[in-house]
Amino acid sequence: MADDAHGAAAAEHAAEEGGLVFHPMDQFIVKPLFGGDTVGLFTVTNVTLWMALAVLAIFALLVMATSKRAIVPGRSQSIAELAYGFIYKMVEDVAGKDATPYFPYVMTLFMFIVCSNFLGLLPMSFTTTSHIAVTAIMAMAVFLSVTIIGFAKHGIGFLSLFWISAAPLPLRPILALIEIISYFVRPISHSIRLAGNMMAGHAVIKVFAGFAAVTLIAPVSVLAITAIYALEVLVSFIQAYVFAILTCVYLKDALHPHH
Amino acid sequence: MATETDSHGAAEAASVCVDSHGGAIGMPQLCGDWMGNQIFWLIVTLVVIFLILSRVALPRIAAILAERQGTITNDLAEAENLKARAVEAEEAYNQALADARSEALRIAAEAKAEIQGELNDAIEKADAEIGARAAESEKAIAEIRAGALESIREVATDTATEIVGALGGTADADAVTGAVQSRMKG
Repeated sequence: MADDAHGAAAAEHAAEEGGLVFHPMDQFIVKPLFGGDTVGLFTVTNVTLWMALAVLAIFALLVMATSKRAIVPGRSQSIAELAYGFIYKMVEDVAGKDATPYFPYVMTLFMFIVCSNFLGLLPMSFTTTSHIAVTAIMAMAVFLSVTIIGFAKHGIGFLSLFWISAAPLPLRPILALIEIISYFVRPISHSIRLAGNMMAGHAVIKVFAGFAAVTLIAPVSVLAITAIYALEVLVSFIQAYVFAILTCVYLKDALHPHH
Repeated sequence: MATETDSHGAAEAASVCVDSHGGAIGMPQLCGDWMGNQIFWLIVTLVVIFLILSRVALPRIAAILAERQGTITNDLAEAENLKARAVEAEEAYNQALADARSEALRIAAEAKAEIQGELNDAIEKADAEIGARAAESEKAIAEIRAGALESIREVATDTATEIVGALGGTADADAVTGAVQSRMKG
């Protein structure tokens, strides 16, 4: 029972203490909400629930909070304006002024990731952004749309992104190869960075939570959970920020491919 | 982190990714059976969020920010305007003050000059009157003096006549008068 997902050291502990149980990965299981075992394409699952809660959170934060349209904003409206200004400025500064039409897309991604990350920090919750399937789709969407935008705006000239005219001529083919590889690695690093960060943090918290069952090390374990939880709060925001800013960087490459 | 379970766990599994006790087999992230579901709901979620943001939230926040910027700009312009008017009012006040001061000085100078003139007139008049009175008085004194000399001469003549008579002589009127005359001159 306890030998699902832990290393040899944990097994030893389990043998010694008897009650030590680790299930750090169980929190990531996708379950149908209304009974049944099979997870079909349209089954309402915990994924549905927590994504819907993220939508509700975004609605509350950006729509309900601004319903008063106050000139002098209240607290919640200030947060909405802050989020708006933060992402808008990021798009403008990183991707350039002509990237502002794409601001709603970046905002959508950022708000979804940041809300999902923070909702995932609630005890007993399900972190949708810890799944590679979710982050990979978002990263691929960014990758494909950026590539399409690049070709639509510059035609074949978009390929000059890979031909670094500032470099000496003999180096250019080699650099072009490196640039092309790095370009195609982008969606992979983009998605794994987010999912890996979220998954690792949550799994570590669960491992320390397992240790909390042992009276002797429980205080250390609870302290460690607290510390890692604080770190995870930071990571939740930073990973959403990183995802959004990388989207802007890729967008900049598509809009201004010439180095 | 997660290790693969032995084959008997997989055999008992309720599905490919979950064992018979509801625990995860391996990494749930890599369970292919769940990916379709996650991707479907992710796309639904992102589309809903995008519609909420692009239709309602972002235009509204943009409008709020633009309105605030407009209000701030208007208020600043109005403040500038009011400041200019205050400066203007102060200038007008200072001007009025300076005007009033010079007017006051002018009026004071005029009044002083007028008073001086009147005073000079009065002094002149008084001087003339004093001169006239003094001349009159001198005249009166001269008359009195003349009167007194005449009286003295009469008295002296009479007295001399009387004295001469008392001494037994007969006073010659002309001689007495001449003598008195010569005495008085001397």
